[in-house]
Amino acid sequence: MFQIIDKKDLAPSIKQFVVDAPLVAQKARPGQFIILRIKEGGERIPLTIADYDTQKGTITIVFQEVGKTTKELGTLKAGDYLADFVGPLGKAVEFSNHKKVLGIGGGLGVAPLYPKLKMLHENGAEVISIIGAKTADMLIMEEEIKAVSDKTYVCTDDGSKGRHGFVTVVLKELLEQGEKFDEIIIIGPPILMKIGTEIAKPYNIPIMVSLNPIMIDGTGMCGGCRVTVGGETKFVCVDGPAFDGSKVDFDELMKRLQTYTSEEKLALDKYHSERGACKCHQ
Amino acid sequence: MPSINRSKTKTPMPSQDAKLRSKNFNEVALGYTEEDAINEAQRCLNCKKPSCMEGCPVQVQIPRFIKHIAEKNFESAISVIKETNSLPAVCGRVCPQEEQCEQKCVLAKRGDPVGIGRLERFAADWERQQGVKIPDKANPIGKKVAVIGSGPAGLTCAGDLAKLGYDVTVFEAFHEPGGVLIYGIPEFRLPKEIVKQEVDFLKKLGVKVQTDMVMGKVLTVDDIFEKGYEAVFIGTGAGLPKFMKIPGENYLGVYSANEFLTRINLMKAYKFPETDTPVKVGKKVAVVGGGNVAMDSARSALRMGAEEVYIVYRRSESEMPARKEEFEHAKEEGIIFKFLTNPTRIIGDEKGWVKGLECIQMELGEPDASGRRRPVPIKGSEFTLDMDTVVIAIGTGPNPLLIEATEGLKLNKYGYIETDEDGRTSKEGVWAGGDIVTGSATVILAMGAGKKAAQSIHEYLQGK
Ligand SMILES: Cc1cc2nc3c(=O)[nH]c(=O)nc-3n(C[C@H](O)[C@H](O)[C@H](O)COP(=O)(O)OP(=O)(O)OC[C@H]3O[C@@H](n4cnc5c(N)ncnc54)[C@H](O)[C@@H]3O)c2cc1C
Ligand SMILES: Cc1cc2nc3c(=O)[nH]c(=O)nc-3n(C[C@H](O)[C@H](O)[C@H](O)COP(=O)(O)OP(=O)(O)OC[C@H]3O[C@@H](n4cnc5c(N)ncnc54)[C@H](O)[C@@H]3O)c2cc1C
Ligand code: SF4
Ligand code: FES
Repeated sequence: MFQIIDKKDLAPSIKQFVVDAPLVAQKARPGQFIILRIKEGGERIPLTIADYDTQKGTITIVFQEVGKTTKELGTLKAGDYLADFVGPLGKAVEFSNHKKVLGIGGGLGVAPLYPKLKMLHENGAEVISIIGAKTADMLIMEEEIKAVSDKTYVCTDDGSKGRHGFVTVVLKELLEQGEKFDEIIIIGPPILMKIGTEIAKPYNIPIMVSLNPIMIDGTGMCGGCRVTVGGETKFVCVDGPAFDGSKVDFDELMKRLQTYTSEEKLALDKYHSERGACKCHQ
Repeated sequence: MPSINRSKTKTPMPSQDAKLRSKNFNEVALGYTEEDAINEAQRCLNCKKPSCMEGCPVQVQIPRFIKHIAEKNFESAISVIKETNSLPAVCGRVCPQEEQCEQKCVLAKRGDPVGIGRLERFAADWERQQGVKIPDKANPIGKKVAVIGSGPAGLTCAGDLAKLGYDVTVFEAFHEPGGVLIYGIPEFRLPKEIVKQEVDFLKKLGVKVQTDMVMGKVLTVDDIFEKGYEAVFIGTGAGLPKFMKIPGENYLGVYSANEFLTRINLMKAYKFPETDTPVKVGKKVAVVGGGNVAMDSARSALRMGAEEVYIVYRRSESEMPARKEEFEHAKEEGIIFKFLTNPTRIIGDEKGWVKGLECIQMELGEPDASGRRRPVPIKGSEFTLDMDTVVIAIGTGPNPLLIEATEGLKLNKYGYIETDEDGRTSKEGVWAGGDIVTGSATVILAMGAGKKAAQSIHEYLQGK
């Protein structure tokens, strides 16, 4: 059992937990993730390690309530326990002597972007960041990102904060202005990573994306998380989750994410009917 | 003196009706009654030189335990079995007896062999019903041993060392211990309650089981030594799924058998939405492969509501590596077998869902390295089966996750760990056994390897 030590609401339906998991915290590195299960009979869901504290033995996760499991997770409070908390999984990201990088986080993707930028910043790289969300109140971790960036652009789809438009618009502008980077990191919904990659590809700058297929074990034993990268089948849980965006077959990833749409709906409807009216936005 | 039963056929195994069972996940074979067991035990000739024992990888004293059953002395029967086999309730259900003990039984020359597996299962089930006695805890030696992986190899090694007085901790990646016995072999063949009881038994012996520990990630083998463990046994199995490398394998509705079975067994997708993990099973399902894994996938698909389930296998019936009983059961349940058939391509629709499996007809040529006749494609014989789910059960390889994180482990050319006869690896203080050494094999061989390693670890630590 793993105790939730602290809970924070970052935005409507986006929550942050600090979880007591000393062994995981000891080994955690930017780019890695954990898999948790709320309780017996529950689903195993992957969440990125948004921050870790080796001293205190804690792992920070940030999640968006999108379906049954994440909604149920959102009802837990500080002091409650999770049945399982497995990690750190996946490969840690490595940057070779980067001098200047661009980090782009869309929606929930800002959370997994943060530990990478933090590491780069600590290593002395110049960090430019572009973060965005649908609306101002959905924007998360702005302060944290700013703290590890030399310059931060904020965008919202509806213009309620910062630039009006998608993060990719700023990306395009920067590249067109001739800005050079050692690497561009793009994390967010697959469609954002796909479009971002298409924009950046012609500039021959390495592009790092972080993929989020459906997973079970997270150890390479099921193959459910497979994606095509550079024409080869890769298991995201062990070969990733970070990949060279210019080689990823995003269309396949997006299709595979739809596998259980009807089951996800069934599970959510059942959950709501058992809990009475929808309480998720209270 | 017990009387003798001269019947040429085995006492039939009571089982669930094929029609009924193909819709539920309850155990298929129900087990002998006391009367059935005594009746079957009385077929055994109690041979002076029992050839059956030559076929048993752990040398169970077969005629001795059978004689006890014939004499209605079930308690003695089970203790004889347990002298050499620590998981009889499992082995009685899943060992390929027809290639082992029963193949060597003298009666097999002129009829059915003695139903050794069924009797083993009977004795073990009888004991469980009585409530298994927990042996007195051994005097603690004060030495810590770590076991990585909780499949039959790891569990056996842990149990044997605990009985000798070692302080044993099992580290398991999944949230539940048991290895393939939990995530792979379905409930209808091996009830999970039995595996749980075996694990509980070990815990009562003093074995500590830590789940959620992906070793190599959360701790390395060297970390374990630093924590004061003096020996490590690696029993991580052969859990890396192989794909066919044919076009279309990433379409929606294509599963590795590992994923398919893990969703159903470990995550209990057959109870969805009562449980949270779903699995997608269409009306027409093709399972590619001919081993136990393929049979289990096909029969699980049927139970999940598929209307037609095919097994597509590139060799012929006689080369199929599956246990005979599973093949028979699968046929009874209505699984359709396409022998000498090999998939060449998976066909998908515009949304990316599987809609067909293109196959080619095969014929048998010269024997290959495995001694089986090599299947060769017949040119121009391609045809397409309409399918909406495809499960690939063509084998597994070694999972590199722990191995890559462990310095100084010598591997063979296929990536499995190299060991000597006692399971000792090239790394000081580290043993390995089971599928991670041999490649996918059997429960009993994994168990045997765990046993041998435990003995060898004991000798090593005594000398330290
Ligand atoms: C390596 C990795 C890291 C991740 N990190 C985070 C994170 O830090 N924070 C976070 O909120 N989410 C993260 N995700 C996604 C998260 O695992 C899913 O949102 C979660 O499993 C949904 O479960 P559910 O039961 O609540 O929703 P479901 O009912 O399963 O799904 C509801 C909706 O979410 C979509 N969905 C389902 N699974 C995923 C998935 N794996 N990725 C994206 N969308 C999905 C479905 O298509 C559906 O539209 C990560 C995924 C991976 C693979
Ligand atoms: C579907 C199926 C049906 C089968 N049917 C039969 C049958 O009828 N009869 C028969 O005799 N054999 C059968 N087998 C084969 C048999 O189950 C295996 O040979 C046997 O289980 C191997 O045992 P093992 O202990 O070596 O490994 P496994 O049972 O594979 O257990 C390995 C364990 O190690 C864990 N692990 C792996 N990596 C790590 C890590 N890095 N850290 C921590 N833990 C880790 C795994 O999660 C797993 O729990 C079947 C196999 C399958 C898949
Ligand atoms: S070979 Fe057959 S008949 Fe002889 S002891 Fe073994 S089981 Fe009994
Ligand atoms: S999640 Fe099972 S192999 Fe990646």
